[in-house]
Amino acid sequence: MPKSIPADSVGLVTEQSLIFDEPLELISGRTLSSYKLVFETYGELNSNGTNALLICHALSSDHHAAGYHNMDDKKPGWWDSCIGPGKPFDTNNFFIVCPNNLGGCKGSSGPNQPNPETGKLYGPDFPIVTVKDWVNSQQRLMLALGIKQWAAVIGGSLGGMQVIQWAIDYPSSLKHALVIASAPHLSAQNIAFNEVARQAIRTDPNFHDGHYYEHNTIPSTGLKLARMLGHITYLSDDAMRAKFDRDLSDEGFSYNYNYDVEFQVESYLRHQAQSFVDRFDANTYLLMTKLLDYFDPAADYDNDLAKAFSHIQARFLVASFTSDWRFAPTRSREIVKALIDAKRHVSYAEIDAPHGHDAFLMPIPYYIEVLNAYMRRVSDEVNA
Amino acid sequence: MSELRSDLSLIRQWIKPGSHVLDLGCGDGKLLQALQEEQGVEGYGLEIDPKNITQCIHNGVNVIQADLDAGLSDFACQAFDYVIMTQTLQALHFPDQLLEEVLRVGREGIVTFPNFGNWRIRLQLALGGRMPVSKALPSTWYNTLNIHLCTLKDFEALCQQRNIKILERSVVDYAYQPIAGHSLLPNLLGEIATYRCTRLP
Repeated sequence: MPKSIPADSVGLVTEQSLIFDEPLELISGRTLSSYKLVFETYGELNSNGTNALLICHALSSDHHAAGYHNMDDKKPGWWDSCIGPGKPFDTNNFFIVCPNNLGGCKGSSGPNQPNPETGKLYGPDFPIVTVKDWVNSQQRLMLALGIKQWAAVIGGSLGGMQVIQWAIDYPSSLKHALVIASAPHLSAQNIAFNEVARQAIRTDPNFHDGHYYEHNTIPSTGLKLARMLGHITYLSDDAMRAKFDRDLSDEGFSYNYNYDVEFQVESYLRHQAQSFVDRFDANTYLLMTKLLDYFDPAADYDNDLAKAFSHIQARFLVASFTSDWRFAPTRSREIVKALIDAKRHVSYAEIDAPHGHDAFLMPIPYYIEVLNAYMRRVSDEVNA
Repeated sequence: MSELRSDLSLIRQWIKPGSHVLDLGCGDGKLLQALQEEQGVEGYGLEIDPKNITQCIHNGVNVIQADLDAGLSDFACQAFDYVIMTQTLQALHFPDQLLEEVLRVGREGIVTFPNFGNWRIRLQLALGGRMPVSKALPSTWYNTLNIHLCTLKDFEALCQQRNIKILERSVVDYAYQPIAGHSLLPNLLGEIATYRCTRLP
């Protein structure tokens, strides 16, 4: 609970929502006849609608990117380290929009929301959407909010993939693209991790082929396993060693020779898994891992990423973290190489950080300086 | 751009407006910034130092964090009109290999380095018996980043051996000002060497 709101916080925020009644044709061939997007905004839109930033969330986050919903909140939004007055995404200069994406579980149309056509929850019948579909739905949100062009579209991990798709699909709708700890597509290893996570959920006896809401249950065992596995891939070996090493969770110094929680890392993973089950939906997790697997913007351009980038107009900032093995620096360099081959504007920072993939959420000094320097240029352009 | 380092203003004269440039070890990006703003040049700087990278971004220059000793394999053949390498050659593990890479990636290469053949350096070693320290080479032997120093003659011999044509040469003092008599005894009088070269077909 924040005793008082910090000076560099956006403060108390309220989510908003919009319903879009124009049918959205999905890449899968299916159609959403109407859909709802919930989102938060921070800062003020300027009179000519040019100072807006779109923040794209990653797999397990949502529209609550910064500030607090009420004074009882234990933690601020997921990217509070970067969003707020005086922070890189400075609410004194920018109007910041962060939507919960389609298929999510925090209020936007998705498996745990009612299907307007039947009045029942969508459950597993919610269509599998793609990053391209997300971007199309976000573009309608942009128009609805009176934004002419994004000053920048920004995202880490899966968020970065949306940024790439924006730049390719709506080249004149964004001036800058910030792609952080991301990849141009998943590797076989990435897909393999996702498949294990999906199997854990889908083989849980409480999954009921995704209709678990009707059985008043949730596949919590499967979802927990999926989250534990995911969480391991977000941390580096060094980060885990530094945080837990082989420390035992009870202050005991001897082993129990049973299967209860003994090591601190076990206790941590179980705690993370439990809190995830309390806040996330298994059908959404399945859908989003599938959406990650399908992301491959080069596929529409003869598998040539440089060709996909040949018509983009946005200037790119790409950043990666040395200890990130989920989306390693080599994956970011693939994006950079394709941009250079396409003679597009790009800067690239490879940030030395021990935290693994999660580093993109942390206030690492060099990372924050890079973001600050870049966003000051963006702000100068807006005000020019 | 009066504050532009004089080596950079020298190089700038060699670069045609509107060209596509790669600057290896671009520092704070001042050269690219000047080329960009005044000559309509576009391109990228490669840099390894985080402070310089932040400064490049601040200066509105495209900068790629990279280790030059890892080579230029991310860059396509003949992708740039010019590849520039100022005061970097002598700090590389494999300067000859990077020179080859410069001319694979760029149609022309612009290279500057401190001339180890300068008479003051020769004197310091010959008479003083100590490793030379000068305004162009201010570090001591144990903390210098310059691990592959060479003279004008060494560089030109390497170029000849590797089928590299020298298009232009400018020999200046450590402040990048012209030296009297440099055309007669460049290897003896020159403190800094700047070359524009290309790969012979």
